[in-house]
Parts: sequence; structure tokens; C-alpha cells
Amino acid sequence: MKTILSRLSYLIFSLLLCANAAAAWQLGMQEPASEMAATQQFLNEFVMWIIVIIGIGVFGIMFYSIVRHRKDKGYKAANFHENTLVEIIWTAVPMFIIIGMALPATSAIIDYKNTSSPDLTVKVTGIQWKWEYDYLDKDVAFYSQLSTAPEEIGGKYYGSDATANPQSDHYLLEVDNEMVVPVGKKVRLLLTAADVIHAWWVPQLGVKQDAIPGVVRDAWFEANRPGVYRGQCAELCGKNHGFMPIVVRAVPEDEFNAWIVEQGGKVAASDEAPNYVGADTTAATAEDAAPVEWTMEVAMQQGETAYNTYCAACHQANGEGLLPAFPALKNSKIALGDIAEHIDIVINGKAGTSMAAFSYLSASDLAAIITYERNAWGNDTGDLIAPEDIKK
Amino acid sequence: MDVTLPNEGHHDTSHDDHHGKPSGFRAVAWHYLTTTNHKDIGTLYLWFAFIMFLSGGIMALLIRAELFQPGLQLVEPEFFNQLTTMHGLVMVFGAIMPAFTGFANWQVPLMIGASDMAFARLNLWSFWLLPMAALLLIGSFFTPSGATAAGWTLYAPLSTQQGVGMDMAIFAIHLMGISSIMGAINIITTIINMRAPDMPMMRMPLFIWTWLITAFLLIAVMPVLAGAVTMLLTDRHFGTTFFNAAGGGDPVLYQHIFWFFGHPEVYIMALPAFGIVSSVIPAFARKPLFGYTSMVYATGSIALLSFIVWAHHMFTVGLPVTGILFFMYATMIIAVPTGVKVFNWVATMWQGSMTFETPMLFAIGFIVLFTVGGFTGLVLSIAPLDVQLQDTYYVVAHFHYVLVAGSLFSLFAGVYFWIPKWTGRMYNETLGKAHFWLSMIFFNVTFFVQHFLGLAGMPRRIPDYALQFADFNMVSSIGAFGFGLSQLLFLYVVIDCIRNGKPVSEKRVWEGADSLEWDLPTPAPYHSFHTPPKLKWDGQRPVIAD
Repeated sequence: MKTILSRLSYLIFSLLLCANAAAAWQLGMQEPASEMAATQQFLNEFVMWIIVIIGIGVFGIMFYSIVRHRKDKGYKAANFHENTLVEIIWTAVPMFIIIGMALPATSAIIDYKNTSSPDLTVKVTGIQWKWEYDYLDKDVAFYSQLSTAPEEIGGKYYGSDATANPQSDHYLLEVDNEMVVPVGKKVRLLLTAADVIHAWWVPQLGVKQDAIPGVVRDAWFEANRPGVYRGQCAELCGKNHGFMPIVVRAVPEDEFNAWIVEQGGKVAASDEAPNYVGADTTAATAEDAAPVEWTMEVAMQQGETAYNTYCAACHQANGEGLLPAFPALKNSKIALGDIAEHIDIVINGKAGTSMAAFSYLSASDLAAIITYERNAWGNDTGDLIAPEDIKK
Repeated sequence: MDVTLPNEGHHDTSHDDHHGKPSGFRAVAWHYLTTTNHKDIGTLYLWFAFIMFLSGGIMALLIRAELFQPGLQLVEPEFFNQLTTMHGLVMVFGAIMPAFTGFANWQVPLMIGASDMAFARLNLWSFWLLPMAALLLIGSFFTPSGATAAGWTLYAPLSTQQGVGMDMAIFAIHLMGISSIMGAINIITTIINMRAPDMPMMRMPLFIWTWLITAFLLIAVMPVLAGAVTMLLTDRHFGTTFFNAAGGGDPVLYQHIFWFFGHPEVYIMALPAFGIVSSVIPAFARKPLFGYTSMVYATGSIALLSFIVWAHHMFTVGLPVTGILFFMYATMIIAVPTGVKVFNWVATMWQGSMTFETPMLFAIGFIVLFTVGGFTGLVLSIAPLDVQLQDTYYVVAHFHYVLVAGSLFSLFAGVYFWIPKWTGRMYNETLGKAHFWLSMIFFNVTFFVQHFLGLAGMPRRIPDYALQFADFNMVSSIGAFGFGLSQLLFLYVVIDCIRNGKPVSEKRVWEGADSLEWDLPTPAPYHSFHTPPKLKWDGQRPVIAD
């Protein structure tokens, strides 16, 4: 039945349905890259056909009546107003149809919720507005955030009057660090969040699970072919909810192992603290080693870039923040006050607020950001913080 | 015996030409501030609802204007979130619910032979709380941090991150909740206590039945919502941690409480719509409502089931598999009584002698599109499939089919159906039909394509989207502006009817209309029944016996 139904759907919708991940004028779901996603697509088509058939029946009778039983055609009204047999039939028949739909749905959801015996476990943390991936047994952890240039999205995104110019192929669905997973392996996700509720969703892999602060939930997926699968945060999580995409790259197992090694992780299990990788540390290593003199100009330049990457989403590019959750840095007590306190709050965050700990950034990025915050937007303290001043 | 005492003057120049006409702005304002007449209060409710409908509509058009093309052109993301949040709150609590209460005020006493609502002053108070709540809600846009941007569901802990606009929304919800509860008590008491003795429960018009059941739903769940937002308030300001895991609370608890309110709320906005449609269809089919008894039981079953399906809004929150199965099955079962209703309406039309004036068109539009919304509801009830569709545009399309093509279309049907009885004047049929066809076409242009966006993977509540979603979003935005502008035509038709409409004087304005108000003079006298009328029954039709 499954194959007949899907063939029938494809026969009728083949000109309209696109087989791509997602394309313009697409009418159906994205092409499945996991068995779960394929099951969901089947269920969608299965239920769709049932409701189309019921709809044709009910509306057909109604429109026949609208055409035939009109006063202007001289039709005289009948006067019946009940029929027990008919009423029993149209109560009972839908019951059976519903049971028919519930059966495949039940087995699918039992499978969906079965997170046992994974081949790989990754802890995923939703943070306003990025994702953190921690490969628990592999010593690999990193942050992943939107890599579409703000200029494409437009000035409304970062507080200027620049015009939007969306053009990149994966506009809003591209990240700096992709999540890499092995093909054909059951990947279990442990999901949580740092601030508000987010939801991790990749349509082609058939998984969507809320990430809830203070709670760990799990979910699983298994990519059945190599490829890049894109998704987005699916639970409203504040200002940049629309700008925290998810990108999963599924590769053969040996490529995956090579990637882990490349990231400085271990292919075998380890209980050491994770080693943060990605743009942050690679940039840090390069710059810490570079023989560039640490001047105000260098620090401000590096600081502006790093600030716009890590801080501006909340505190805004103009330093004016976004009340009430995100205070201004311009003219703020922290940015104009004691240097040690300023360093402390950036490295360790502030409990009970949205201010996250940024200890994972390199010393030179941290020094540059703090220097920038103390000297930009009219905060002319003249303080130059050196990477050596940063003691984590 | 003349029980109706139509002793008021039958001038048809104005709807409040009694006790000496209030003239001049101050007199009219004072009249409406102090009136305890159910008809005047009903009128206040309806105009208030329409003003809120236009306000929420402007927010919707700003949203659709931003989504017209990819990239951020008009609004900042934070303001976009404020718009989606306030659009939802204003439409649900400001437009749809008060509009149905307005219908209850006008119609309940007329349909059951009561002199007025049971608690006339309470009735006035219920109404005047609403403009205060609306001031708080709309006013919150002008606070430094803007209106709340946490979504109309106000999920914690995002809602604890908001500014003072959130507190204003919480107090507005408190006020609207008190108003709804008082209104519900009033409606229940009126129906149970003040019904004409000759009208047994099982002969009440279905509109009365649906509102009676709706009123019980309101009393059951509005306090639950009030509790949820009060817990938010204390979490925000008084150090409690109901929804904060760090203090031993649970963010998911908020969702359980909210949706325990939220699902019955869906039926609060749907059952009175069923009532209106069940009045309109038999009138224009000139044939009694099919399956009256099963309609009553179906309404009751839907109301009871609505209390045990709330977690289908939470299939991706991480419920245990047994929990998901329970809520999935319970949700699917709702399709049965809902299906019975649709079948009954179609059977009422079957072999009728139908004409298609504007109320009938909106009622048929309601049946078709509400059924489509019901179908997508069935799709969404399939838990493994809902995992893909939760929080996407598929859901947005689904609930707009239920609430716009459902509740709103039924309200339009009701206005066109009863406005001759209310004003003694007939609306312009050509313009009314134009309003229907424009609404029908643009509604579908706006919302049908959103199913495709959701299936293709576009999340809801995002101010900007990936490029493959661009085409359907443009179509949807064009439809939205067409739909919004069409509603100005409705405003014109109503004002034109009140001011210049052709006077009608026959009691039974519509040939097939059969409930009690159609045996009253047209326009309905300011005080319709001084004493309970004696009724004779002509089949399903009550006739005032003199």
C-alpha cells in the first residue's frame, strides 16, 4: 500500500513536486535523508489522500445540492430532519478511518521516541542565538552560528539604514561551523538550552526536538546518505530567532573520524574536558603567534570584528543594547568602570541574566573585545587591554 | 395577550430612539457609558471587536509587508516579534471573543424570550473592562522596550526576559479574563433562569446551546490562564521560580497550564460559530436543521474532549511516548463529533429550497473552509508527522482556516443575517456578496499557499526566510493586502445599512428563519419582552401566542 500510494502521489504531483532539499514553488515536504523522514513523508501523503477523498465526497454532495436544490429552480424543500441509521453510519465510519490512520502513526512515533543504543552522542545546547555542539566522547566541542553576511539581510538586522540584498545560495541556512556526523550511524542528541527554549529541527533528517533550559531531552536521527542538511530553530527564542540555522554534514565514517582528529579530538572515548575548536581557537593561535605589535589600533580593529560576531546580537553594533534583557555598553558602569570587573563579566558571564560566559574565546579576542568596548561609541577610556591581562 | 408590548416608537431613523433620543456627543457618550440594555451593550461589543479587528489587521499587514520579499526591509526583528505576538493577542482576546459575546448579548434574550440579560449592570461592567484591557495592550507598544515579543502563547522563560510591555499584557489578560468570566456567568444565568417557560432545553436554538456550553468552557479555563500569567508575573518580579529549572521549577509546566486553557479556548472561538451557522443554513435552505439532537450532543462531546487534548500542542517538547499516544488518540477522536456537525449541515442543505444571500454564502464558505482547517488538524494530530509540522507555516495556515474562515466568516454571516432585525434596515446585497467573494478569494490566496511553505520547512514567527520560500510568501502577502482591504468594504456596507439601508418591517425578514426573534417586530423593540412570552410550536418554529 505504501508504494502504491507514494507512486500515485508522485504520478500526480511529479511535475509540481521537486526532489531537491527545498526549492521555489515546492508543494511537498523536503526529500527525506533518513528513514524517519521517509516515514513522515509517507504518513503525510497517506493522510492527505484520505482527506482529499473524504473532501471530494462531502463537498461533492454539497455542491450537487447547491446546484440542484435551489429555490430559483423551483425546488420544493423536503421536511426531514433526522435519520438515525444515517447518523449512526456517519459516526461509525469516521471511527474506522481514524483507527486506520492511528495504526501506522503509532508504530512511527514509538520508533521516533526510541533513542536507545546510539552509535554517537552529541550534546546540543541552544543559546541566544547560536548552537553549541559537544561530541561527548570525542573531545570535540564548538559553537555554530549564522554565517550569512549581515549586509545581505539588511540594515534593520544590525541597526543601520543599509538596504537588504539577499543572494547567497543558502541565505540564512548557512553556518560557520557545521555539525559533522557519520552516515548510517544512529546519532543521539542530548538537547538543552542556556537561556530560553529553542528547538533543533532538520526537516530532511526527520527530527525536531525542543531544547529547554535546565532540562535535558533526547532525540535521534540516522542519515541514510551523505549530504548537507539544513534546518532552523523552530521555537520562538527572541530577537534573532529567525537567524540561528542548523547545518548537518553527513559523511562516511572514515571521513568523520578524520574530521574528529582534525578538530583535535579523539576517535576513541576520553573523559578529558572538551577541546574547543573552530574559528575561535584557530584564529587565536594564529594571532597569538603573530609578531604584530599589540597597539590600540590593532586591538580596536580585531575588537570590532570579534564584537560584531559574538556580542552585537545582544548589545547591538552601536553598543546601545536592547532593553530590558540586554543592557547598553555605551556609557555603562561596566565599560567605563573597573577593568578587572569588566574582564570578569566577559569571561565568566553573569548568573541570573542572559550574559553568557565567553571563556572559550582566545585571550587576544577577549582583550580586543574589552578594549573595543572601553573605547568605542564615545567610551573614551583610553584603556588598552593586552592578551596577557586576560587570566581565565 | 400582548406580551411583547411593542410600546416604543417605531421610528427607524436610529437604533436608540427611545426614552427620548440622546442627541449630541455628550448625551450619546453618557448613554452608552451607562446603558444596561442588552442590545446597546451588544452593539458596544461588536463595534469594539471591529476596531480591534482592524488594529490586529494592521499588525498582520505589517507582518506580511515585511515578508513580501527576503531580507529585512521594514521592521527590525524585535519589532516583528512584537507584531506577531500582539496580532495574536488582539485578534483572539480583542476581536473574536468580544464579537461572539456581542452576538450573545443581542441574540440570547431575543431567542429565548428574556427581557434582558440576567445581570444588566454586571453586563455593562464586563464590557467596559475590555477597552481598558485594550488600552494596556496597545499602549504597551509605546513603552521604551515595546510590547511583549514572546508570542501570543507567552512561553516562559522568553516571557520573563521581556520588558514592562509584558506586565501590561499580563494585566490586560487579567482584565479580559474577568470580563469573560462575568459575561459567561451572565449568559448561563440568563439561559437557565430567564428562558420562556414554554421553551424546553431541547428546543432552544443551537446558537443558545453552543453559547451555553461555551460559557461553561470560559468559566473552566479563564481562571487557569489567569493563574498561568500570574505565575509569570511573580517569576518576573517577586523571586518565584515556577518556570525556572534553576529554582526547582519547570519551563514546560507553563506550556501544560497554558494549553490546558488554550485548547478549550479554540472551541470557545469555534462553538458559537457552529451556533450561528446552524441558524443561518436552515433559514436559507427553508428546511429544519438536520440532526438537532446529535448537534447538541456533538457540541457537548467536543467541549468535553477539548479538556484532554492539550498536549498535542507540545509533541516536540519531549513527552514520554505513552503520553504522546494518549494525546494523539484523544485528538483524533475530536474529528468524529466535528464530522457529525459538517454532515448535519450538508444534510440540512440536501433537498432544501436554497437561496444564496450573503449570510448563506458566508455560512457555506464557513463549512468548506472550516472543514479544510479540520482536515489539516487531523494531519497535525498524527504525532510523528506533527514533529515535522509543529511551529511551521502549516500550523499558521491550519489555525487561520479555523479562526478566520471559521470564526470570522461565521461572524460575518451572523451580522448580515441579523442586521435587518437589529436595525430595521436591509444591507446592500450586491456589496455584501462582493464582500463575500473578495474575502473568500483573498483568504485562500493568503493562507492556502502557507500549507506549502510549512511542508517545505519554513518555521513560523520568523521575520526573514531562505530564498526558496520567496515566491509563496509574495503570493501570500498579496492575498493578505487584498483580504485586509476587503474588510473596509464590510465596514462601508454596515454603515451604509445603518444610515441609508432600505427599511424592512416584516417580522420574518428571511423566509425560512425560524427562531423566536423572527416573530418580533422589525426592528426588534428596545425592550423586547416585558414578561415571558407564551409560545406555540409550529414544528421547530416558536410562535408568540396572543
